[in-house]
Amino acid sequence: MDLYRDRSVSDTLIQKISKISKNLDEIKICHVCGTHEHVITHYGIRALLPDNVQVVSGPGCPVCVTTQGEIEAAVNAAEKGAIVTTYGDMIRVPSRRSLSDAKASGLDIRLVYSINDSINLALSNPTKKVVHFAIGFETTCPTTAVAVLNSPDNFYVLSAHRVVPPAMDLLLSSGKINLSGFIDPGHVSTIIGIKPYEPISKKFKIPQVICGFEPNDILMGVYLLLKQINEKRVEVENEYVRGVRAEGNLKAQILMEKVFEPCDIRWRGFPVIPKSGLALKKEFSNKDAYNEFNIEIEDIPEEKGCSCPEVLRAEITPRECPLFGNMCTPQNPKGPCMVSREGACYISFKYEKSFR
Amino acid sequence: MCLAVPGKVEKIKGDVGIVNFNGVKREVRLDLVDVKIGDYVIVHTGFAIEKMDEKDALESLDIWKELLKAEEDY
Repeated sequence: MDLYRDRSVSDTLIQKISKISKNLDEIKICHVCGTHEHVITHYGIRALLPDNVQVVSGPGCPVCVTTQGEIEAAVNAAEKGAIVTTYGDMIRVPSRRSLSDAKASGLDIRLVYSINDSINLALSNPTKKVVHFAIGFETTCPTTAVAVLNSPDNFYVLSAHRVVPPAMDLLLSSGKINLSGFIDPGHVSTIIGIKPYEPISKKFKIPQVICGFEPNDILMGVYLLLKQINEKRVEVENEYVRGVRAEGNLKAQILMEKVFEPCDIRWRGFPVIPKSGLALKKEFSNKDAYNEFNIEIEDIPEEKGCSCPEVLRAEITPRECPLFGNMCTPQNPKGPCMVSREGACYISFKYEKSFR
Repeated sequence: MCLAVPGKVEKIKGDVGIVNFNGVKREVRLDLVDVKIGDYVIVHTGFAIEKMDEKDALESLDIWKELLKAEEDY
């Protein structure tokens, strides 16, 4: 792994980036992955790039894009007697009724590391119904598919899964931000491979590079994007060859297709994005918590004053939000981007102290 | 959320393996990959999502080095 963190390799890449950027106008590169945002900010990569090369963060944090209506649905399942499990920061996300408030009021809401822990919980509580509030992009969806196919009768899934490419399409279709290229998410690509990104490059004439998660992966990705732009090429390149096969993980794709079907779904900060959600197929309705508990997703308007929607749409940086660092901090978050360890606001607050 | 870390498969029992992450050993589900003992896997929320055998890892290192080297003359 040394090569991907080696300082002299970084220096070489920075020089190349600097040289090629002199031929180019203002460049705005967007990534759509919370872990990429973490690497970019943690290693101070933005400060290493030339003035005309900007890297912005898009809707890459699954916790952040989950709507209040879906959180309300999870609370409803708990109210109807289920043990509700979910991942990491989801519990603390502010909402009309957050999961942590619901937990404090006595409902049985638990945090798990893996959906496998939820299955074990269902096995050890055979008289209870266990509902896993399943959030996450393509990286996580196959694990939920495995759980749907291999779990006891008292285990259910409340799917809030989303897929990334339709959101990238919407970002460009909106015409609000002028993007020059995409850094594609590494571990989403581990599952889906290169193909699903190709229509986006074709439709919008935009270069893309799939990137890994070490600092030199990001620098290489930026360099390969600038090189495509300079040579007027529009392709999907894969820099993260050690983690992504061109065809993706076929076994995972087959399981996903078996269990899920695409559905239209709203994202926090976005309107309804066609075919961007994954719902359980009818044949698995006995595993579907929406069906079992007769729950529908309510359309709850976004909180006023919080700029998370603009941050998620890559229209502003976290520090451009008037609440950042004073009214809104990780201790007292107003929006999901300040809660999640993958949220752009949390990451900026944690690492970019000098900007506070 | 899409954070995933590499580790080495040390034991396999059905669809579950013991994976060693730099000395820390954890149970990992292997439903999404075909692996044998000694393989390296990328693990996300308790599931191996891709196999990285040593040959693959070395080959991809070579590809990356070539990418870097080819760019040197640019």
